[in-house]
Amino acid sequence: MSVQKWQNIGPDGKTHTYDSIEGELATLNLGPTHPATHGIFQNVLKMDGERIHSAEPTIGYIHRAFEKLAERRPFNQITPITDRLNYCSSPINNIGWQLTVEKLAGIQVPKRVDYMRVIIMELARIIDHLVCNAVIGVDTGALTGFTYMMQWREKVYEMYEEVSGARLTTNIGRIGGFERDFSRAFHKKLKAFLQDFPKAFKEFSNLLERNRIFMDRTINAGPISAERALSYSFTGPNLRATGVDYDVRVMTPYCSYEDFDFVIPVGESGDTYDRFMVRQEEILQSLRIIHQAYDNLPEGDYHAEVPEYYLPDKEEVYRSMEALIYHFKIVMGETPIPKGEVYNCVEGANGELGFYLVSDGGRTPYRLHFRRPCFIYYQAYPEMISGALLSDAIITMSSLNVIAGELDA
Amino acid sequence: MAALTSEDILDALKQQFPFDISFAESYGMLTIEAPREHIIDVLRFLKEDERMGYAFLTDICGIHIPADVNKELGVIYHLHNWRENRRIRVKTFTRIGDPKVDTATVLWSGANWMERETFDFYGIEFTGHPNMTRILNVEDMNYHPLLKQYHLEDATRTDKDDRFFGR
Amino acid sequence: MSNVKIGEKPPGVEGQGFFATSLDSLVGMARANSLWPLPFATSCCGIEFMATMGSNYDLARFGMERMSFSPRQADILMVMGTIAKKMGPILQQVYIQMAEPKWVLSVGACACSGGIFDTYSVLQGIDKVIPVDVYVPGCPPRPEQILDGIMKIQELAKNESLRRRHSDEYRALLEKYNIN
Repeated sequence: MSVQKWQNIGPDGKTHTYDSIEGELATLNLGPTHPATHGIFQNVLKMDGERIHSAEPTIGYIHRAFEKLAERRPFNQITPITDRLNYCSSPINNIGWQLTVEKLAGIQVPKRVDYMRVIIMELARIIDHLVCNAVIGVDTGALTGFTYMMQWREKVYEMYEEVSGARLTTNIGRIGGFERDFSRAFHKKLKAFLQDFPKAFKEFSNLLERNRIFMDRTINAGPISAERALSYSFTGPNLRATGVDYDVRVMTPYCSYEDFDFVIPVGESGDTYDRFMVRQEEILQSLRIIHQAYDNLPEGDYHAEVPEYYLPDKEEVYRSMEALIYHFKIVMGETPIPKGEVYNCVEGANGELGFYLVSDGGRTPYRLHFRRPCFIYYQAYPEMISGALLSDAIITMSSLNVIAGELDA
Repeated sequence: MAALTSEDILDALKQQFPFDISFAESYGMLTIEAPREHIIDVLRFLKEDERMGYAFLTDICGIHIPADVNKELGVIYHLHNWRENRRIRVKTFTRIGDPKVDTATVLWSGANWMERETFDFYGIEFTGHPNMTRILNVEDMNYHPLLKQYHLEDATRTDKDDRFFGR
Repeated sequence: MSNVKIGEKPPGVEGQGFFATSLDSLVGMARANSLWPLPFATSCCGIEFMATMGSNYDLARFGMERMSFSPRQADILMVMGTIAKKMGPILQQVYIQMAEPKWVLSVGACACSGGIFDTYSVLQGIDKVIPVDVYVPGCPPRPEQILDGIMKIQELAKNESLRRRHSDEYRALLEKYNIN
């Protein structure tokens, strides 16, 4: 195909005309297995020399049919599936699901559970943003930041192991609270983390934030304007980088987020540098929230008194008839979830993670749909990179933080 | 201006549209159901009218209810008004033999992939969509998997015996 | 006394200034300690692999400092994560492009047998499309388990006969998967 001048819609929504360098377009297949696309998705790029004319993404290489699978599983067995959505910050998905079921069933949880949930979710947000920013560094060639920051992921993994027993896909919490209270080891580890992490994070920031080369690489790479981002239903740090301060934790507070004092960082131009900086600042804000939650952790129970949804203690099961029956029914999946439909959303690490649950009163959902932020904002990718160089396209993709599990579900 | 209540919204809708719009309210969210021929007009009114202001498209998904004869396939839109923090759920249903609905990409660019996913799972074709193809499943798949009559498991798998797996 | 453990010598004849052993054992030793992996990371197990590569569970001490993302230069294909039916042919293509000798490590329950995703879109185990040498179960497996799997691959590489890849049995194995 021979082109002398070509036109496409730029990231600001307007049509741009470019002079052709090569005179014709070449097709380049990026992916699905490519080291720089962190996850498996394919982009067929039409390129004029080094510039991208257009891109056609193909996804679905890890489609695991979560929504059909959820129609088969009882409500408390869906938590492991939600883990595998955004697997870099699985507690947020777990707790979001439990909040949805609690909303449908009308369960009120004690304040302590709320604060515990906030601590766990903010830790998940910190490690997700860490891995995203470290990987932006790797894609620009700065591997040191990645090695430094993966160590801190290990520290948070140890804390998750204390509560749930698992490192990555945590299956944390239950409908009505947590399976066990924070142990002494958890308190020790959290205090050590809160003390040591800010210094290490400062080292990482010093490596990249005001680094001349990094700034030259990432400023004006893959920008998107706020109007286009809103039209594409962006949420989360990618939207906040364009200047719109939408955060589900502030708009519709859940889990007592209204008790905490924190700032929503916003960027200006929606380019890669803004996305990087928004995530950096969100890590600091999450630390602030964890401090407030931990210092004011209220006394009380770590779960609600809902024996029909929450597994009773094993000693009770061996001694009392009601506990035995409740245990049997919950394990068999016969929890009394009322008929109805509910939409609940939480602020995931990538944006508004929504759960649309339709129940017909049976033991499994009738329909469960996940509103996955990655899936929704990735459709803007061709527009964000048209007219950009190939290396900018790679950086844009890693700064969008596309997690394949959430993309395909 | 004062925040609108659900009754105000319903009155505005009834004034604007002559056809029947049924409504319900569950868990703090107003749910309306509109006929599929006029769904884009209803969505446009909700998005662009001054008082309605539901400018953000949260999600589009599909649903299959075999028990509701002649209204088996549904498309469900979630909209959000950020100024007044109101959400609304808009449903439209169609017969399973005639799964066509107009596309919402004329209003929001983000509806593009959401509608492709709904097509992939339920077979609902969105007329006017720029690229109505499957998005998550393999292209040569010849059925729409989330319809209730299809099994979750792949029937051709050989290594798992259904008798032992409780299917 | 230093506490550095010296590795075992293969059986051979020793004299002043020379050590004679079979070519198999020498080549096996060299191969085992210098494998270049191809991390085929698709989902959650890929993040556990990133943790294994990190400084806590260091993979580099096994000789795997350099991840080869090009199949032509890789020795081990480490499949980590769920393989969907859409991805199956691509996995087979990547396997075919690798040069002999090559080993396959299947990390995670999804790669071994489909895992919790017994659905219409997930391949129930990568051994439906490529021959696998070592299976590491877990969801996701801990980094220690992944390292154990890698050490088993190292054992296989160390003890493999030099004629194995040209033998009839091996060719029949590849025929079974339609790989010629």
